[in-house]
Amino acid sequence: MSTKDNWKIWEIFIRSRNGLSHKHVGSLHAPDAEMAIKNARDVYTRRSEGVSIWAVESEAITASAPDESEPLFTPADDKVYRHPTFYEIPDEVGHM
Amino acid sequence: MTKEMNLEERFQAYVDGENKVEPKDWMPDKYRKTLIRQISQHAHSEVVGMLPEANWITRAPSLRRKVALLAKVQDEAGHGLYLYSAAETLAADRKDMIDDLLSGKAKYSSIFNYPTPTWADIGAIGWLVDGAAIANQVMLCRTSYGPYSRAMVKICKEESFHQRQGYEILLTLAKGTDAQKQMAQDSLNRWWWPSLMMFGPTDDLSPNSAQSMKWKIKRKSNDELRQEFIDKTVPQAEYLGLTIPDPDLKWNEERGHYDHGSIDWDEFYQVIKGNGKCNKIRMKARREAHANGEWVRKAANAYAEKQAARKAQEGSAA
Ligand SMILES: [Fe+2]
Ligand SMILES: [Fe+2]
Repeated sequence: MSTKDNWKIWEIFIRSRNGLSHKHVGSLHAPDAEMAIKNARDVYTRRSEGVSIWAVESEAITASAPDESEPLFTPADDKVYRHPTFYEIPDEVGHM
Repeated sequence: MTKEMNLEERFQAYVDGENKVEPKDWMPDKYRKTLIRQISQHAHSEVVGMLPEANWITRAPSLRRKVALLAKVQDEAGHGLYLYSAAETLAADRKDMIDDLLSGKAKYSSIFNYPTPTWADIGAIGWLVDGAAIANQVMLCRTSYGPYSRAMVKICKEESFHQRQGYEILLTLAKGTDAQKQMAQDSLNRWWWPSLMMFGPTDDLSPNSAQSMKWKIKRKSNDELRQEFIDKTVPQAEYLGLTIPDPDLKWNEERGHYDHGSIDWDEFYQVIKGNGKCNKIRMKARREAHANGEWVRKAANAYAEKQAARKAQEGSAA
């Protein structure tokens, strides 16, 4: 066994209360998932910030590449017809 | 954006537009290096900063003070972790950063090389040292690097109790017996100037600041932050009925700020060089704490490996 700290990096997600999604809050080091949860509890929920914790190995996350963000995300910019304000409805019709 | 703009110009324009830089975005090498140095130093300061206060946990004068101090010191450990994590997003290795601290290669805030001989020092640290740190950290909430800025937002939320608990300690002493009031005054005398030094050298002597400001890593200059801190703190000292140890301190109607006497920068550089009262004690304590935790890290590794092996065996048996 190596004496080096070979702890993996875990990304921590917290649900602040039921009804809301888990949200990324930061990361930490831990030798396994169980310890990751324990450490996350100590580090990220000292002031009742959460009711549920997810710990995900950083390495397990696949991210889109920043230099691909143009082909990935700009096509949506000119599709104004996907938004309600694109359509003209007379005021008399009322709220729709 | 024109095509002729090179990557660095594009980066500058992006930052000028108040956009945040995220870990996988292109950034100048110098920007990355500056951030790694700054964030890791900041992390080390949080960690070493626990030591002067830990000195008083077992001797806090009441249970109320003790739980507050424990909670504060625990927060500082958390702040260290948030910051090491932010530095890791820049591809810095946490073990390297910690090794650099333990070997003495990396710096931490000089303020923590001053001793805490009396209980009033715990009050002065919370009020002045955390107060100065808050001024800096509020500014850093708007830093251009996303993970650093997010860590700062979280830290600032936790800091305000630190300063309040410190001020409350001094307020209690200031309203106490003559001896207690004297103890409070004495701690202010010792912590005032080092707290002002926390903001770093004056603007004309801090050559790297300009680039950091341009990249919006820093949003205010050392002197601006120092002035802000003084203006805020003087009325608080007056309320305590304590005297700030600076005969030249006075309100300047024209500037709308307090003028202050000159800072002893020799002392500042001496402490940075390792000649402060507690540099050696702090590093010794830090190294011992790290060495004493070795068996815990080993045991956690061994346990995780055993569990993983057991799981693998169960998996292959099924
Ligand atoms: Fe802190
Ligand atoms: Fe603090």
